[in-house]
Amino acid sequence: MRYFTKDHEWIDVAGSVATVGITDYAQAQLGDVVFVEVPDVGRMVEAGKEAAVVESVKAASEVYAPVSGSVTESNAALTDDPGLVNSAPESDGWFFRLSLSDPGELTGLMDEAAYQAFVATL
Amino acid sequence: MAQDNMSQKSETDLKLLPLDGLHRALGGRMVPFAGYAMPVQYPAGVMAEHLWTRAEAGLFDVSHMGQLLLEGEGAARWLESLAPGDFAGLLPHRSRYSLLLADDGGILDDLMVTNSGTTLYLVVNGATKHHDILHMRSRLPSGLTLTYLDDHALLALQGPAAVGVMARLGLVPDTDGQPAVEGMKFMTAGRYVWRGEKLGITRSGYTGEDGYEISLPAAAAEAFAETLLAERHVKPIGLGARDSLRLEAGLPLYGHDLTPAIEPVEAGLAFAISKRRKVEGGFPGAERILKALLEGPARKRVGLRLDGRQPAREGASVFAGTQQVGVVTSGGFGPSVGAPIAMAYVAAAHAADGTQLDIDVRGKRLAATVVPMPFSPKNYAR
Repeated sequence: MRYFTKDHEWIDVAGSVATVGITDYAQAQLGDVVFVEVPDVGRMVEAGKEAAVVESVKAASEVYAPVSGSVTESNAALTDDPGLVNSAPESDGWFFRLSLSDPGELTGLMDEAAYQAFVATL
Repeated sequence: MAQDNMSQKSETDLKLLPLDGLHRALGGRMVPFAGYAMPVQYPAGVMAEHLWTRAEAGLFDVSHMGQLLLEGEGAARWLESLAPGDFAGLLPHRSRYSLLLADDGGILDDLMVTNSGTTLYLVVNGATKHHDILHMRSRLPSGLTLTYLDDHALLALQGPAAVGVMARLGLVPDTDGQPAVEGMKFMTAGRYVWRGEKLGITRSGYTGEDGYEISLPAAAAEAFAETLLAERHVKPIGLGARDSLRLEAGLPLYGHDLTPAIEPVEAGLAFAISKRRKVEGGFPGAERILKALLEGPARKRVGLRLDGRQPAREGASVFAGTQQVGVVTSGGFGPSVGAPIAMAYVAAAHAADGTQLDIDVRGKRLAATVVPMPFSPKNYAR
Protein backbone atom coordinates (compact mmCIF):
# COMPACT_ATOMS: atom_id res chain seq x y z
CA MET A 1 0.00 0.00 0.00
CA ARG A 2 1.33 3.42 -0.93
CA TYR A 3 0.61 6.55 1.10
CA PHE A 4 1.39 10.23 0.50
CA THR A 5 2.05 13.32 2.60
CA LYS A 6 1.12 16.97 2.08
CA ASP A 7 4.86 17.64 1.90
CA HIS A 8 5.01 15.47 -1.24
CA GLU A 9 6.73 12.37 0.11
CA TRP A 10 5.46 8.89 -0.75
CA ILE A 11 5.81 5.82 1.47
CA ASP A 12 5.33 2.29 0.24
CA VAL A 13 4.50 -0.08 3.09
CA ALA A 14 5.05 -3.85 3.06
CA GLY A 15 4.47 -5.32 6.50
CA SER A 16 6.61 -3.43 9.03
CA VAL A 17 9.09 -2.13 6.42
CA ALA A 18 8.52 0.90 4.21
CA THR A 19 10.27 2.68 1.33
CA VAL A 20 10.26 6.49 1.15
CA GLY A 21 10.75 8.91 -1.75
CA ILE A 22 9.43 12.17 -3.15
CA THR A 23 6.61 12.45 -5.64
CA ASP A 24 6.69 13.33 -9.32
CA TYR A 25 5.06 16.65 -8.43
CA ALA A 26 7.88 17.38 -5.96
CA GLN A 27 10.68 16.57 -8.39
CA ALA A 28 9.09 18.81 -11.03
CA GLN A 29 8.98 21.67 -8.51
CA LEU A 30 12.62 21.13 -7.54
CA GLY A 31 14.07 20.91 -11.01
CA ASP A 32 17.37 19.20 -11.78
CA VAL A 33 18.57 17.31 -8.71
CA VAL A 34 22.35 17.40 -8.31
CA PHE A 35 22.82 15.79 -4.88
CA VAL A 36 20.84 13.80 -2.32
CA GLU A 37 21.84 13.42 1.33
CA VAL A 38 20.20 10.25 2.66
CA PRO A 39 20.11 9.16 6.33
CA ASP A 40 22.61 6.64 7.66
CA VAL A 41 21.45 3.10 8.35
CA GLY A 42 20.39 2.78 11.98
CA ARG A 43 19.32 6.38 12.36
CA MET A 44 15.96 6.92 14.06
CA VAL A 45 13.77 9.31 12.10
CA GLU A 46 10.67 10.98 13.47
CA ALA A 47 7.37 11.56 11.65
CA GLY A 48 7.31 15.08 10.16
CA LYS A 49 10.98 15.75 10.95
CA GLU A 50 13.90 16.11 8.52
CA ALA A 51 15.24 12.80 7.26
CA ALA A 52 17.03 13.70 4.02
CA VAL A 53 18.06 16.70 1.94
CA VAL A 54 17.69 17.06 -1.79
CA GLU A 55 19.77 19.67 -3.62
CA SER A 56 18.79 21.12 -6.98
CA VAL A 57 20.89 23.57 -8.98
CA LYS A 58 19.19 26.43 -7.19
CA ALA A 59 18.29 25.31 -3.66
CA ALA A 60 18.45 22.75 -0.87
CA SER A 61 15.16 21.24 0.30
CA GLU A 62 14.45 19.07 3.32
CA VAL A 63 12.67 15.76 2.97
CA TYR A 64 10.60 14.76 5.98
CA ALA A 65 9.99 11.27 7.31
CA PRO A 66 6.31 10.44 6.68
CA VAL A 67 6.31 8.20 9.77
CA SER A 68 8.75 7.36 12.56
CA GLY A 69 11.15 4.47 12.37
CA SER A 70 14.66 3.13 12.10
CA VAL A 71 16.49 3.46 8.78
CA THR A 72 17.38 0.03 7.38
CA GLU A 73 18.76 0.99 3.96
CA SER A 74 19.48 4.08 1.86
CA ASN A 75 19.55 4.24 -1.92
CA ALA A 76 23.24 4.04 -2.91
CA ALA A 77 22.34 4.59 -6.59
CA LEU A 78 21.54 8.23 -5.82
CA THR A 79 25.20 8.94 -5.01
CA ASP A 80 26.29 8.36 -8.61
CA ASP A 81 23.05 9.34 -10.29
CA PRO A 82 21.02 11.90 -8.31
CA GLY A 83 19.09 12.53 -11.55
CA LEU A 84 17.13 9.33 -10.75
CA VAL A 85 15.02 11.55 -8.50
CA ASN A 86 13.92 13.43 -11.65
CA SER A 87 13.69 10.51 -14.04
CA ALA A 88 12.12 7.90 -11.72
CA PRO A 89 10.95 9.69 -8.55
CA GLU A 90 8.37 7.10 -7.56
CA SER A 91 10.46 3.98 -8.33
CA ASP A 92 14.29 3.80 -8.77
CA GLY A 93 14.70 7.28 -7.24
CA TRP A 94 13.62 6.14 -3.74
CA PHE A 95 15.54 7.67 -0.83
CA PHE A 96 15.56 5.24 2.13
CA ARG A 97 13.84 2.29 3.78
CA LEU A 98 12.77 2.15 7.38
CA SER A 99 11.31 -0.22 9.90
CA LEU A 100 8.14 1.40 11.28
CA SER A 101 8.00 2.17 14.99
CA ASP A 102 4.27 2.90 15.01
CA PRO A 103 2.17 1.67 12.06
CA GLY A 104 -0.70 3.69 13.55
CA GLU A 105 0.94 6.84 12.15
CA LEU A 106 -0.03 5.72 8.65
CA THR A 107 -3.68 6.53 9.30
CA GLY A 108 -2.92 10.27 9.05
CA LEU A 109 -1.58 9.96 5.48
CA MET A 110 -3.35 10.20 2.11
CA ASP A 111 -3.94 7.45 -0.41
CA GLU A 112 -3.07 8.07 -4.07
CA ALA A 113 -6.52 9.41 -5.03
CA ALA A 114 -6.57 11.84 -2.10
CA TYR A 115 -3.03 13.00 -2.90
CA GLN A 116 -3.87 13.62 -6.59
CA ALA A 117 -6.92 15.62 -5.49
CA PHE A 118 -4.68 17.60 -3.10
CA VAL A 119 -2.11 18.34 -5.85
CA ALA A 120 -4.91 19.53 -8.13
CA THR A 121 -5.68 22.29 -5.61
CA LEU A 122 -2.10 23.65 -5.65
CA MET B 1 9.47 18.13 1.46
CA ALA B 2 10.01 21.82 2.10
CA GLN B 3 11.48 24.20 -0.42
CA ASP B 4 13.36 27.37 0.50
CA ASN B 5 11.08 29.67 -1.40
CA MET B 6 12.34 33.22 -1.70
CA SER B 7 9.21 34.59 -0.08
CA GLN B 8 5.66 33.57 0.66
CA LYS B 9 4.35 36.98 -0.36
CA SER B 10 0.97 36.58 -2.01
CA GLU B 11 0.85 37.09 -5.76
CA THR B 12 -1.51 40.04 -5.42
CA ASP B 13 1.18 42.17 -3.75
CA LEU B 14 3.54 41.65 -6.65
CA LYS B 15 4.11 43.93 -9.59
CA LEU B 16 3.85 42.39 -13.02
CA LEU B 17 6.54 42.61 -15.68
CA PRO B 18 5.56 43.98 -19.10
CA LEU B 19 6.13 40.45 -20.41
CA ASP B 20 4.12 38.73 -17.64
CA GLY B 21 1.61 37.22 -20.08
CA LEU B 22 4.36 35.92 -22.36
CA HIS B 23 6.24 34.30 -19.45
CA ARG B 24 3.10 32.46 -18.36
CA ALA B 25 2.27 31.44 -21.95
CA LEU B 26 5.81 30.00 -22.22
CA GLY B 27 5.21 27.93 -19.09
CA GLY B 28 7.40 30.05 -16.83
CA ARG B 29 7.14 29.24 -13.13
CA MET B 30 6.55 32.61 -11.52
CA VAL B 31 8.09 33.42 -8.13
CA PRO B 32 8.37 36.62 -6.12
CA PHE B 33 11.65 38.44 -6.73
CA ALA B 34 12.47 42.12 -6.06
CA GLY B 35 8.76 42.82 -5.65
CA TYR B 36 7.83 41.35 -9.03
CA ALA B 37 6.38 38.05 -10.20
CA MET B 38 9.30 36.70 -12.21
CA PRO B 39 10.00 33.45 -14.09
CA VAL B 40 12.50 31.35 -12.12
CA GLN B 41 12.51 28.72 -14.86
CA TYR B 42 10.61 27.50 -17.91
CA PRO B 43 9.70 23.85 -18.59
CA ALA B 44 13.22 23.07 -19.91
CA GLY B 45 14.60 23.61 -16.38
CA VAL B 46 17.59 25.45 -14.90
CA MET B 47 20.26 23.00 -16.12
CA ALA B 48 19.07 22.97 -19.75
CA GLU B 49 18.52 26.75 -19.78
CA HIS B 50 22.01 27.37 -18.42
CA LEU B 51 23.69 25.09 -20.97
CA TRP B 52 21.59 26.53 -23.81
CA THR B 53 22.79 30.05 -22.97
CA ARG B 54 26.43 28.93 -23.07
CA ALA B 55 25.93 27.12 -26.41
CA GLU B 56 23.30 29.24 -28.23
CA ALA B 57 21.40 32.32 -27.00
CA GLY B 58 19.16 32.90 -24.00
CA LEU B 59 16.56 35.63 -23.65
CA PHE B 60 16.27 37.10 -20.15
CA ASP B 61 13.64 39.56 -18.97
CA VAL B 62 15.41 41.91 -16.56
CA SER B 63 12.72 44.59 -16.60
CA HIS B 64 12.65 44.52 -12.78
CA MET B 65 15.97 46.38 -12.84
CA GLY B 66 15.89 50.16 -12.46
CA GLN B 67 16.61 52.17 -15.59
CA LEU B 68 17.44 55.79 -14.77
CA LEU B 69 18.42 58.84 -16.81
CA LEU B 70 20.65 61.46 -15.25
CA GLU B 71 20.63 64.71 -17.17
CA GLY B 72 22.00 68.23 -16.86
CA GLU B 73 25.20 70.20 -16.88
CA GLY B 74 27.81 68.52 -14.68
CA ALA B 75 25.93 65.23 -14.31
CA ALA B 76 29.08 63.13 -14.71
CA ARG B 77 31.03 65.13 -12.11
CA TRP B 78 28.14 64.93 -9.67
CA LEU B 79 27.85 61.14 -10.10
CA GLU B 80 31.54 60.98 -9.16
CA SER B 81 30.54 62.20 -5.69
CA LEU B 82 28.50 58.99 -5.23
CA ALA B 83 30.54 56.37 -7.10
CA PRO B 84 34.27 55.82 -7.75
CA GLY B 85 34.17 55.74 -11.57
CA ASP B 86 35.70 58.27 -13.99
CA PHE B 87 32.42 59.38 -15.53
CA ALA B 88 33.78 62.74 -16.71
CA GLY B 89 36.16 60.69 -18.85
CA LEU B 90 33.54 58.18 -20.01
CA LEU B 91 33.39 58.55 -23.78
CA PRO B 92 30.05 58.79 -25.59
CA HIS B 93 28.51 55.36 -26.31
CA ARG B 94 30.63 53.64 -23.69
CA SER B 95 29.44 51.77 -20.60
CA ARG B 96 31.21 51.27 -17.30
CA TYR B 97 30.52 49.05 -14.29
CA SER B 98 30.42 51.01 -11.05
CA LEU B 99 29.36 51.00 -7.41
CA LEU B 100 27.08 53.29 -5.47
CA LEU B 101 28.86 53.83 -2.16
CA ALA B 102 27.70 54.79 1.34
CA ASP B 103 29.63 57.44 3.26
CA ASP B 104 31.73 54.72 4.93
CA GLY B 105 32.60 53.13 1.57
CA GLY B 106 30.15 50.22 1.94
CA ILE B 107 28.46 49.12 -1.27
CA LEU B 108 24.85 50.34 -1.63
CA ASP B 109 24.47 48.86 -5.11
CA ASP B 110 26.35 47.92 -8.23
CA LEU B 111 25.30 49.51 -11.49
CA MET B 112 26.08 50.09 -15.15
CA VAL B 113 26.67 53.66 -16.28
CA THR B 114 26.40 54.46 -19.99
CA ASN B 115 27.18 57.77 -21.68
CA SER B 116 24.38 57.97 -24.24
CA GLY B 117 25.96 61.08 -25.78
CA THR B 118 23.58 63.53 -24.12
CA THR B 119 22.69 61.86 -20.81
CA LEU B 120 23.97 59.25 -18.40
CA TYR B 121 21.87 56.09 -18.51
CA LEU B 122 22.09 54.00 -15.33
CA VAL B 123 20.92 50.44 -14.72
CA VAL B 124 20.61 49.51 -11.04
CA ASN B 125 19.39 46.37 -9.28
CA GLY B 126 15.66 45.72 -8.97
CA ALA B 127 15.61 45.06 -5.23
CA THR B 128 17.54 48.27 -4.48
CA LYS B 129 16.22 50.65 -7.14
CA HIS B 130 13.78 52.59 -4.95
CA HIS B 131 16.42 53.09 -2.28
CA ASP B 132 18.95 54.14 -4.94
CA ILE B 133 16.54 56.71 -6.38
CA LEU B 134 15.92 58.19 -2.91
CA HIS B 135 19.65 58.20 -2.21
CA MET B 136 20.40 60.07 -5.43
CA ARG B 137 17.42 62.45 -5.38
CA SER B 138 18.13 63.54 -1.81
CA ARG B 139 21.61 64.61 -2.96
CA LEU B 140 20.68 65.91 -6.40
CA PRO B 141 21.72 69.54 -6.99
CA SER B 142 19.45 71.94 -8.85
CA GLY B 143 20.07 71.80 -12.56
CA LEU B 144 20.23 67.99 -12.66
CA THR B 145 17.28 65.69 -13.17
CA LEU B 146 16.96 61.98 -12.43
CA THR B 147 14.23 60.21 -14.37
CA TYR B 148 13.04 56.68 -13.56
CA LEU B 149 12.17 54.95 -16.84
CA ASP B 150 9.42 52.77 -15.38
CA ASP B 151 7.68 52.68 -18.76
CA HIS B 152 10.62 50.78 -20.26
CA ALA B 153 11.38 47.08 -20.38
CA LEU B 154 14.92 45.67 -20.29
CA LEU B 155 15.78 42.43 -22.07
CA ALA B 156 19.11 40.61 -22.27
CA LEU B 157 20.09 38.32 -25.13
CA GLN B 158 23.14 36.32 -24.04
CA GLY B 159 25.25 33.61 -25.61
CA PRO B 160 27.43 32.96 -28.66
CA ALA B 161 24.45 33.03 -31.07
CA ALA B 162 23.25 36.43 -29.81
CA VAL B 163 25.31 38.44 -32.29
CA GLY B 164 23.94 36.56 -35.30
CA VAL B 165 20.36 36.89 -34.07
CA MET B 166 20.75 40.64 -33.46
CA ALA B 167 22.32 41.07 -36.92
CA ARG B 168 19.22 39.54 -38.56
CA LEU B 169 16.72 41.90 -36.89
CA GLY B 170 17.22 44.70 -39.41
CA LEU B 171 18.15 47.23 -36.73
CA VAL B 172 18.91 50.67 -38.16
CA PRO B 173 21.55 52.77 -36.39
CA ASP B 174 19.89 55.98 -35.16
CA THR B 175 22.84 58.24 -35.86
CA ASP B 176 25.43 58.48 -38.64
CA GLY B 177 28.78 56.88 -38.01
CA GLN B 178 27.39 54.41 -35.51
CA PRO B 179 28.38 50.75 -36.08
CA ALA B 180 25.89 48.09 -37.10
CA VAL B 181 24.71 46.18 -34.02
CA GLU B 182 26.99 43.21 -34.81
CA GLY B 183 29.97 45.58 -34.97
CA MET B 184 29.51 46.90 -31.43
CA LYS B 185 32.33 46.10 -29.00
CA PHE B 186 31.93 44.84 -25.43
CA MET B 187 30.77 47.66 -23.09
CA THR B 188 29.70 50.01 -25.86
CA ALA B 189 26.22 51.40 -26.46
CA GLY B 190 24.04 52.77 -29.23
CA ARG B 191 20.51 53.63 -30.21
CA TYR B 192 18.88 51.58 -32.97
CA VAL B 193 15.46 51.66 -34.62
CA TRP B 194 13.33 48.52 -34.89
CA ARG B 195 9.87 48.77 -36.50
CA GLY B 196 9.75 52.48 -35.69
CA GLU B 197 10.68 51.93 -32.01
CA LYS B 198 13.89 53.30 -30.54
CA LEU B 199 15.98 50.71 -28.74
CA GLY B 200 18.87 51.56 -26.42
CA ILE B 201 21.36 48.72 -26.83
CA THR B 202 24.55 47.90 -24.95
CA ARG B 203 26.89 45.02 -25.69
CA SER B 204 27.02 43.72 -22.17
CA GLY B 205 25.36 41.32 -19.77
CA TYR B 206 25.84 39.35 -16.60
CA THR B 207 26.32 35.76 -17.73
CA GLY B 208 29.99 35.74 -18.80
CA GLU B 209 28.85 35.30 -22.40
CA ASP B 210 28.87 37.71 -25.31
CA GLY B 211 25.52 39.41 -25.66
CA TYR B 212 23.35 42.47 -25.53
CA GLU B 213 21.02 44.32 -23.19
CA ILE B 214 18.12 46.03 -24.90
CA SER B 215 16.06 48.84 -23.37
CA LEU B 216 12.77 49.55 -25.11
CA PRO B 217 9.29 50.96 -24.45
CA ALA B 218 7.27 48.43 -22.43
CA ALA B 219 4.51 48.48 -25.06
CA ALA B 220 6.93 47.20 -27.71
CA ALA B 221 8.56 44.54 -25.50
CA GLU B 222 6.28 41.61 -26.30
CA ALA B 223 6.53 41.96 -30.09
CA PHE B 224 10.31 42.31 -29.81
CA ALA B 225 10.66 39.32 -27.46
CA GLU B 226 8.49 37.17 -29.72
CA THR B 227 10.61 38.13 -32.72
CA LEU B 228 13.73 36.97 -30.85
CA LEU B 229 12.04 33.76 -29.64
CA ALA B 230 11.00 32.92 -33.21
CA GLU B 231 14.71 32.32 -33.93
CA ARG B 232 15.66 28.67 -33.40
CA HIS B 233 18.80 29.77 -31.54
CA VAL B 234 16.85 31.64 -28.86
CA LYS B 235 15.11 30.22 -25.80
CA PRO B 236 13.67 31.99 -22.76
CA ILE B 237 15.81 31.71 -19.62
CA GLY B 238 14.66 32.19 -16.03
CA LEU B 239 16.21 33.61 -12.87
CA GLY B 240 17.54 30.23 -11.77
CA ALA B 241 19.89 29.92 -14.73
CA ARG B 242 20.71 33.63 -14.60
CA ASP B 243 22.04 32.98 -11.10
CA SER B 244 24.07 29.88 -12.00
CA LEU B 245 25.49 31.62 -15.10
CA ARG B 246 26.67 34.69 -13.20
CA LEU B 247 28.08 32.51 -10.41
CA GLU B 248 30.18 30.52 -12.89
CA ALA B 249 31.29 33.81 -14.45
CA GLY B 250 32.53 34.95 -11.02
CA LEU B 251 30.17 37.94 -11.06
CA PRO B 252 28.92 39.07 -7.63
CA LEU B 253 25.20 39.37 -6.88
CA TYR B 254 24.07 42.39 -4.91
CA GLY B 255 22.42 41.54 -1.59
CA HIS B 256 24.47 38.35 -1.36
CA ASP B 257 28.10 38.88 -2.41
CA LEU B 258 27.90 42.66 -2.09
CA THR B 259 26.26 44.51 0.83
CA PRO B 260 26.66 47.80 2.72
CA ALA B 261 29.00 45.92 5.09
CA ILE B 262 31.46 45.21 2.24
CA GLU B 263 33.80 47.70 0.54
CA PRO B 264 34.93 47.42 -3.10
CA VAL B 265 38.53 46.24 -2.55
CA GLU B 266 37.68 43.20 -0.42
CA ALA B 267 34.94 42.44 -2.98
CA GLY B 268 37.64 42.17 -5.67
CA LEU B 269 36.14 45.14 -7.51
CA ALA B 270 39.11 47.53 -7.37
CA PHE B 271 38.91 47.72 -11.19
CA ALA B 272 35.71 49.76 -10.71
CA ILE B 273 37.77 52.50 -9.04
CA SER B 274 39.06 54.44 -12.05
CA LYS B 275 42.73 55.42 -12.20
CA ARG B 276 42.05 59.15 -11.87
CA ARG B 277 39.81 58.54 -8.86
CA LYS B 278 42.52 56.49 -7.13
CA VAL B 279 44.75 59.54 -7.36
CA GLU B 280 42.15 62.21 -6.63
CA GLY B 281 39.78 60.40 -4.23
CA GLY B 282 36.65 62.43 -3.61
CA PHE B 283 34.21 59.48 -3.55
CA PRO B 284 32.38 58.20 -0.45
CA GLY B 285 34.64 56.20 1.85
CA ALA B 286 37.72 57.14 -0.20
CA GLU B 287 40.02 57.10 2.81
CA ARG B 288 39.05 53.58 3.88
CA ILE B 289 38.97 52.25 0.31
CA LEU B 290 42.33 53.71 -0.73
CA LYS B 291 43.85 52.32 2.47
CA ALA B 292 42.52 48.86 1.59
CA LEU B 293 44.01 49.25 -1.89
CA LEU B 294 47.41 50.17 -0.48
CA GLU B 295 47.63 47.74 2.43
CA GLY B 296 45.41 44.95 1.12
CA PRO B 297 42.02 44.10 2.62
CA ALA B 298 41.62 41.92 5.73
CA ARG B 299 39.33 39.53 3.84
CA LYS B 300 38.74 38.80 0.19
CA ARG B 301 35.97 37.50 -2.02
CA VAL B 302 37.25 34.21 -3.45
CA GLY B 303 36.03 31.37 -5.61
CA LEU B 304 35.77 27.91 -4.06
CA ARG B 305 35.54 24.63 -5.89
CA LEU B 306 34.18 21.78 -3.78
CA ASP B 307 35.21 18.15 -3.97
CA GLY B 308 32.37 15.71 -4.63
CA ARG B 309 28.90 16.72 -5.76
CA GLN B 310 27.30 18.30 -2.70
CA PRO B 311 26.80 22.08 -3.01
CA ALA B 312 27.37 24.58 -0.19
CA ARG B 313 24.89 27.43 0.00
CA GLU B 314 24.91 31.04 1.15
CA GLY B 315 25.64 31.32 4.87
CA ALA B 316 27.78 28.18 5.18
CA SER B 317 30.89 28.66 7.34
CA VAL B 318 34.37 28.22 5.85
CA PHE B 319 37.12 26.65 7.97
CA ALA B 320 40.90 26.30 7.88
CA GLY B 321 41.30 23.33 10.21
CA THR B 322 39.24 24.11 13.31
CA GLN B 323 39.33 27.88 12.79
CA GLN B 324 36.48 29.63 11.00
CA VAL B 325 38.03 31.91 8.38
CA GLY B 326 35.07 32.90 6.25
CA VAL B 327 31.52 32.51 5.04
CA VAL B 328 29.90 31.50 1.76
CA THR B 329 27.88 34.29 0.10
CA SER B 330 26.74 32.41 -3.04
CA GLY B 331 26.90 28.72 -3.76
CA GLY B 332 25.38 26.12 -5.99
CA PHE B 333 26.07 23.61 -8.68
CA GLY B 334 27.82 24.93 -11.80
CA PRO B 335 26.18 23.19 -14.77
CA SER B 336 29.02 24.04 -17.19
CA VAL B 337 31.74 23.38 -14.59
CA GLY B 338 30.00 20.10 -13.67
CA ALA B 339 30.77 20.56 -9.98
CA PRO B 340 29.63 22.52 -6.94
CA ILE B 341 31.12 26.02 -6.76
CA ALA B 342 30.81 28.93 -4.34
CA MET B 343 31.88 32.48 -3.61
CA ALA B 344 33.01 33.27 -0.08
CA TYR B 345 34.63 36.03 1.93
CA VAL B 346 37.76 34.54 3.46
CA ALA B 347 40.48 36.01 5.70
CA ALA B 348 43.31 37.28 3.47
CA ALA B 349 45.80 34.76 4.91
CA HIS B 350 43.64 31.92 3.53
CA ALA B 351 42.61 33.53 0.24
CA ALA B 352 45.47 32.50 -2.07
CA ASP B 353 44.63 30.29 -5.05
CA GLY B 354 45.17 26.65 -4.20
CA THR B 355 44.45 27.02 -0.46
CA GLN B 356 42.64 23.97 0.93
CA LEU B 357 39.64 24.85 3.10
CA ASP B 358 36.56 23.09 4.50
CA ILE B 359 32.95 24.20 4.31
CA ASP B 360 30.47 23.21 6.99
CA VAL B 361 27.21 21.99 5.47
CA ARG B 362 24.69 20.78 8.05
CA GLY B 363 27.46 19.61 10.34
CA LYS B 364 29.46 17.85 7.64
CA ARG B 365 32.80 19.25 6.43
CA LEU B 366 33.16 19.45 2.65
CA ALA B 367 36.66 19.87 1.20
CA ALA B 368 37.09 22.91 -1.05
CA THR B 369 39.95 24.66 -2.87
CA VAL B 370 40.37 28.39 -3.49
CA VAL B 371 40.37 28.82 -7.28
CA PRO B 372 40.60 31.83 -9.59
CA MET B 373 37.35 33.20 -10.98
CA PRO B 374 35.66 32.98 -13.44
CA PHE B 375 34.98 29.28 -12.90
CA SER B 376 33.93 29.06 -16.53
CA PRO B 377 35.86 31.06 -19.19
CA LYS B 378 34.37 34.39 -20.26
CA ASN B 379 33.49 34.90 -23.88
CA TYR B 380 33.18 38.64 -24.56
CA ALA B 381 33.44 40.53 -27.88
CA ARG B 382 36.42 42.73 -26.98
